[in-house]
Amino acid sequence: MSDLLDRIHDLYDELERHRVMLSFKGALSPELITVLLGLVERKLDAMEGDAKARKRVFNVVVECLQNLFHHNGHLRAEGNTVEPTKEPHGVVMIAKNDGGYQVLTGNFMNSGDMDQLKNHLDRINALDQEALREWYRAKLADGTYSAAGGGGLGMIDIARRSGGKLEYAFVPYDKDSAFFSLNVNVNT
Amino acid sequence: MEPLQLEGSPKTPHVHFDPVTGLLELKGRSIPENSIDFYKPLIDWIDRYARNPAGKTALHVQLEYFNTSSSKCILDVFKKLEPIRAAGSEVSVLWHYEADDEDMLEAGEDYSGIINIPFKMIQIAEVGDE
Repeated sequence: MSDLLDRIHDLYDELERHRVMLSFKGALSPELITVLLGLVERKLDAMEGDAKARKRVFNVVVECLQNLFHHNGHLRAEGNTVEPTKEPHGVVMIAKNDGGYQVLTGNFMNSGDMDQLKNHLDRINALDQEALREWYRAKLADGTYSAAGGGGLGMIDIARRSGGKLEYAFVPYDKDSAFFSLNVNVNT
Repeated sequence: MEPLQLEGSPKTPHVHFDPVTGLLELKGRSIPENSIDFYKPLIDWIDRYARNPAGKTALHVQLEYFNTSSSKCILDVFKKLEPIRAAGSEVSVLWHYEADDEDMLEAGEDYSGIINIPFKMIQIAEVGDE
């Protein structure tokens, strides 16, 4: 019991040390995302004096949470296996660092979708800001939609606003699924 | 034809489309998960309005935030105005952006490069808190 109680203090310490503004793991719904965004907005209002930085961070958080919601394998880990879930499932953490803010997200996905996402992210990371804007504009104009309505604009928008490269990893879990982690540094 | 009036919410903009004055307003934030559902009534309304538009149509867009899911839908709203202009009415988009928000100004410029309607960029002090 005392171990458990110690761990609560460790958790508090850790969150404090990493200047974590928000940390959540679990099922996601549009209503919950509204609540999380409300919390992030209040914290940003209190701690970030620069309106442009505040907006960039908030925009990245919106896109990251909605990516988590829309592009989700609907899976969660239970012991050593992954089980299907009704709601999208994932983890998000937002923290302050010296250069700006970190938006970290993670979710399970089907291994079959991995290559396409990896290629997309590598292509984004190979482009500079001006090329990203060009690509964004071309994709916006081409008139095709994804199921979510964005037409593949989300990650490009995140990269444009972060001002840096998208850091990501895929951890294979079993033969059908992998865990996708994304770290977006928003430089302010 | 009835005006279209929608209250703003934490994720959707305030909408006021007036068929008599030709004044169309989209204000606030547009960050819903499913933008297609939200924008369908707006696009349908403009379709009907286009049959008998006011002599002058002005769409004011004053958004503090919009997500990528909304961006294509907003483009569709603009596209629905093109035939009204082609039929001889005066149509313009007034794109409002906060003084410090160059991202929003760039977004307006991107739309203006895609859409065949005159855009006017209007710098304002601050959106929100209204």
